[in-house]
Amino acid sequence: MGSNGGQDLQVLIERFEQGHATAAARLITILENGGEPAESVMDRIFPKARGAYRIGFTGPPGAGKSSLVLHISQLLRRRDVQIGVIAVDPTSPFSGGALLGDRIRMQRLTGDPGVFVRSLASRGSLGGISNCTDEVADLLDAFGKEMILIETVGVGQSELEIAETTHTVVVILVPESGDGIQAMKAGLMEIGDVFVMNKADHPDSELAAKEIEDTLRLKNVPDGAWIPPVVLTSALEGRGIKELAESIEKHHRYLEEEDRLVEKRRRILRSRVRSAFMDRMERKIWDDPSVREILSERIGDVYEGRLSPYRLVQELEKRVKIE
Amino acid sequence: MGKKIRVLVAKPGLDGHDRGAKVVANALRDAGMEVVYTGLHQTPEMIAESAIQEDVDVIGLSILSGAHLTMFPRLVELLAERGADHIKIIGGGIIPDEDIARLEEMGVSRLFGPGTDTRDIIEFIRKSCADSVS
Ligand SMILES: Nc1nc2c(ncn2[C@@H]2O[C@H](COP(=O)(O)OP(=O)(O)O)[C@@H](O)[C@H]2O)c(=O)[nH]1
Ligand SMILES: [Mg+2]
Repeated sequence: MGSNGGQDLQVLIERFEQGHATAAARLITILENGGEPAESVMDRIFPKARGAYRIGFTGPPGAGKSSLVLHISQLLRRRDVQIGVIAVDPTSPFSGGALLGDRIRMQRLTGDPGVFVRSLASRGSLGGISNCTDEVADLLDAFGKEMILIETVGVGQSELEIAETTHTVVVILVPESGDGIQAMKAGLMEIGDVFVMNKADHPDSELAAKEIEDTLRLKNVPDGAWIPPVVLTSALEGRGIKELAESIEKHHRYLEEEDRLVEKRRRILRSRVRSAFMDRMERKIWDDPSVREILSERIGDVYEGRLSPYRLVQELEKRVKIE
Repeated sequence: MGKKIRVLVAKPGLDGHDRGAKVVANALRDAGMEVVYTGLHQTPEMIAESAIQEDVDVIGLSILSGAHLTMFPRLVELLAERGADHIKIIGGGIIPDEDIARLEEMGVSRLFGPGTDTRDIIEFIRKSCADSVS
């Protein structure tokens, strides 16, 4: 970026506003890299976001998330909806590298100027989602995209994060390998607004869908609450896509009733501010040399059993000065 | 967090196996790079478009079909048209020496012959990205 970062940013933003994909892509990279430059980009971009609807697609690897994102995008494009796709794949904790392979299934979207697809590596994030997913979605929103489709691998913490990032969460499962049970364990049942049993071209898919439906029915829900539908699809044969789109729209309409969507947007922003604030505080605390000093001085006492970990925490707490 | 080297690996043309491209993609990932793998049957237009959206530093093409003399120049041209000629292009495959010289003159950064050690490719990418990426 050279030494003249501020001016470069100004040029980039102007090109972004003129609709240049190269500028949008470069700004996303700046968001991914974080720090002060990312915050400057957000200052400029955030006010321009128009409130695009955000849909999450999560589920185990290989369930057909990318294939369904392709189908839903194609359906939305036939209605002339501007689409942004964010596909997150995990960063290898060993090398720090990542293999981002979701575009393989979405090739047919490439070349349509109404679609912008970006692959993100999860980088520092623990779950299957990247720390900057919200920001990248804001940017695509400001770029004029009306619907943002976000694909994440449903492992670890990501399912909670995707629910805090998107307005409708689609959980995609497949009949083989007892996905239903896995999903329940992983907490996917709690966050899904729409459930998909994909690969309906395989035997047992109807039975597996029934199982999911039964599990969902067992939950106690208050009157008027959203009851997640279970949709059978085959991305391979293009079956059930219309039904899936209808279920997503139905949930969207449900949220628009009684100001639920407004509340949800506020809740999402609250949790974003909270986690950005926590990140900043955490960095501040660990950057404080006296905190580190006490920790290394006193850890021996904890080791010897003279001091409990919690007493040491209290000592550290007393040292923390946040101005 | 800081910048990561991002590479797009694609297998253009009609011939149907991408083992070589996958080996390279995995090696680059293991070297700490973020590798966007776009799969088989890519046209130069698709490759340019994907590379731009993904804001990659480098495009790596694996070509076996002998289409290199049309594929590479077209990609160079498309990137220039879209204001993305900062993206470096490298390639691998069976390419005659005289063609290598011609293509490198046209703006392809580097072509690797069959059986190239992936470490050489990694080193080349790291060096050529050294100015833009820490
Ligand atoms: N038989 C069958 N295969 C499918 C279906 N949907 C996806 N696949 C295949 O499953 C594999 C994984 O699909 P992908 O969309 O990449 O899954 P993701 O990892 O969840 O994004 C690919 O080989 C797809 O072709 C389906 O409905 N039926
Ligand atoms: Mg995928």
